[in-house]
Amino acid sequence: MEILVCIKRVPDNEENEIELNSAGNDIDRDDLVYSVNEWDNYAVEEAIQIVDNVGGSVTVVSIGDEEVDEVLRREMAMGAEKGIMLTDDAFEGSDGKGIATILKGVVEKGNYDLIMTGAQADEGYAQIGGMLAAMMDVPFASLVNKIEVGDKTLKIGREIEGGNQEMNEIDLPCVLSIQTGINEPRYVGIRGIRKVASVEIPEFGASDLGIDAGTIGEAAAKVKRVDYFMPDLGDGAEMLEGSTEEIIDKLIEILKANGGLS
Amino acid sequence: MAKLYAYISHKNGVADDTALELLTAAAKIDAGASVTAIVTGSGADLDKVCQEMAASYKEVLKIDNEAMAYPNAEIIRKALVEIIKDDDIVLLPHDTFGMDLGPGLSIKTDSPFAADIVDIEGVDGSTLKLIRQEFAGQVYTHVTCDISSGAILNIRPGVCKADESKAAGGSVTETSVSADLSAGRRYLETVIPEAGDVDITKSDVLVSVGRGIEDEENIEIAQELADAMGAVVSCSRPIVDAKWLEQSRQVGTSGKTVKPKVYMAMGISGSFQHLGGIKGGFMIAVNKNPKAPIFQVANVGVVADILEFMPELTEKIGDL
Ligand SMILES: Cc1cc2nc3c(=O)[nH]c(=O)nc-3n(C[C@H](O)[C@H](O)[C@H](O)COP(=O)(O)OP(=O)(O)OC[C@H]3O[C@@H](n4cnc5c(N)ncnc54)[C@H](O)[C@@H]3O)c2cc1C
Ligand SMILES: Nc1ncnc2c1ncn2[C@@H]1O[C@H](COP(=O)(O)O)[C@@H](O)[C@H]1O
Repeated sequence: MEILVCIKRVPDNEENEIELNSAGNDIDRDDLVYSVNEWDNYAVEEAIQIVDNVGGSVTVVSIGDEEVDEVLRREMAMGAEKGIMLTDDAFEGSDGKGIATILKGVVEKGNYDLIMTGAQADEGYAQIGGMLAAMMDVPFASLVNKIEVGDKTLKIGREIEGGNQEMNEIDLPCVLSIQTGINEPRYVGIRGIRKVASVEIPEFGASDLGIDAGTIGEAAAKVKRVDYFMPDLGDGAEMLEGSTEEIIDKLIEILKANGGLS
Repeated sequence: MAKLYAYISHKNGVADDTALELLTAAAKIDAGASVTAIVTGSGADLDKVCQEMAASYKEVLKIDNEAMAYPNAEIIRKALVEIIKDDDIVLLPHDTFGMDLGPGLSIKTDSPFAADIVDIEGVDGSTLKLIRQEFAGQVYTHVTCDISSGAILNIRPGVCKADESKAAGGSVTETSVSADLSAGRRYLETVIPEAGDVDITKSDVLVSVGRGIEDEENIEIAQELADAMGAVVSCSRPIVDAKWLEQSRQVGTSGKTVKPKVYMAMGISGSFQHLGGIKGGFMIAVNKNPKAPIFQVANVGVVADILEFMPELTEKIGDL
């Protein structure tokens, strides 16, 4: 099975508290720690496990600036054989459709049976997988949390409301967006990353992929983020202040008053 | 003229809460528009939902087809592609079905897609102004969407208040689909998760831990607090993903819906999928980040490291 996994380099939610900068028009990007999007890491692990079972290879691809090299190598250290970097000024400012258009260009250069994305990334759109599948006219399933490989088809589970699992049969080739919890992604140590440090990662731009620059980037984007902001959210919680002692005493009174302590 | 459509999710003959929320969202785009509800499915259940929707929507478009008895996004997409014209706008709930349908539908109808919309500011010419969040609710964004060729808009469940007045007196029109409705993805069955060792929905008090618990061993700290309080430990999704607690303890849209007297959110940021599972009760949040979104919804907040705070609270309660 030839598998392509799309990965995005994002500010790490676990390592940073994301907040506005002092001008209030962007997030504070000083000292931000970046990593691979959490969902994509599960997708790569799943791809590696499938290939371990049935053979084939895993390729990871990322659109971004030169720094995506770091996340590509991290995922290659997990066991993805090949990496592809997509950088071009023309890609900048793309909306979801633009990103999917670029990824389609890469898909068409290869011969993949299965394409995986994360269920969603830092912006929370959850759109790229479904768009890519529709552009390629292949079946799609979102929020996949189980995959069994069959002959020309997969049996997959989708996570639906209430933690129920919707089982489907899906024809190959197809696109799946992967939900967290599908597996336990392996740990990658610094030694693993060193091992892949010298592997060559090919880089492609719009013209290499035969993409009409007019269909991607800022100019083609119909959905655009204008700014970041924090609305006035009202009073919110009553914040308990004082020494830990004082806070705990107050909290115990509050718990008693609300039925939290019998 | 552009039309506004809302896709109605339903199950067992009952429309989802989002069905009327989408009508409210549509009114924010065009207050005067007549919004058409699209209801797909099959048989008596479908009829029931259509009748229910006609009380709130002026027009209800019913598509009765055996192939749509289960809402398979690929099949429903084919039906919608036949209905949606040039600059029509379609509203979908941003739930597990909307995520499955919306992106592909936008490609097939050649209209832009915007998802997880938390508010709609209005239309300025052919620009629709939306509000979204990023980084799991830590920051908000203004987003523009060029609607000159229509749009597919996924609205976050729960953010628009449903208008329950049921004053539309609408009519149901039936339509059929001419496309071949075979699909590359075929629904097999729905698997319901096993019941766990405890039923968190039955507990009056929940000590709920999130990623702030940092390590599997630290779950014990929360358990000790819960024991002291006579409470039960529940959690956010990353704790289940990491296999530190059973899925039956997860609170949220893909977990359990709870309504305790007191909910203690310990090291939980407050994502909408988590909050979607909490239907009331007094909420106390402890988080080391004073700007954590959970403090917007909690009744009482404490800025502290839960790994230090919980043991102290446990001890004090033990001394009572
Ligand atoms: C389709 C879908 C369904 C989902 N369903 C669910 C669901 O049912 N339930 C659910 O919970 N999530 C669900 N999620 C995931 C959800 O989007 C969030 O990722 C998740 O809720 C975040 O969990 P968290 O708050 O524990 O972690 P984080 O967002 O990482 O927050 C951790 C918080 O802990 C704080 N913290 C860290 N260390 C400490 C410390 N020592 N002391 C105090 N505070 C600390 C941080 O400041 C932060 O606010 C779903 C996602 C998708 C896409
Ligand atoms: N710049 C990118 N490069 C590669 N893959 C991406 C990129 N942006 C998004 N994706 C893929 O699309 C998925 C869903 O992202 P989104 O639709 O933006 O929420 C991510 O988990 C990735 O798999």
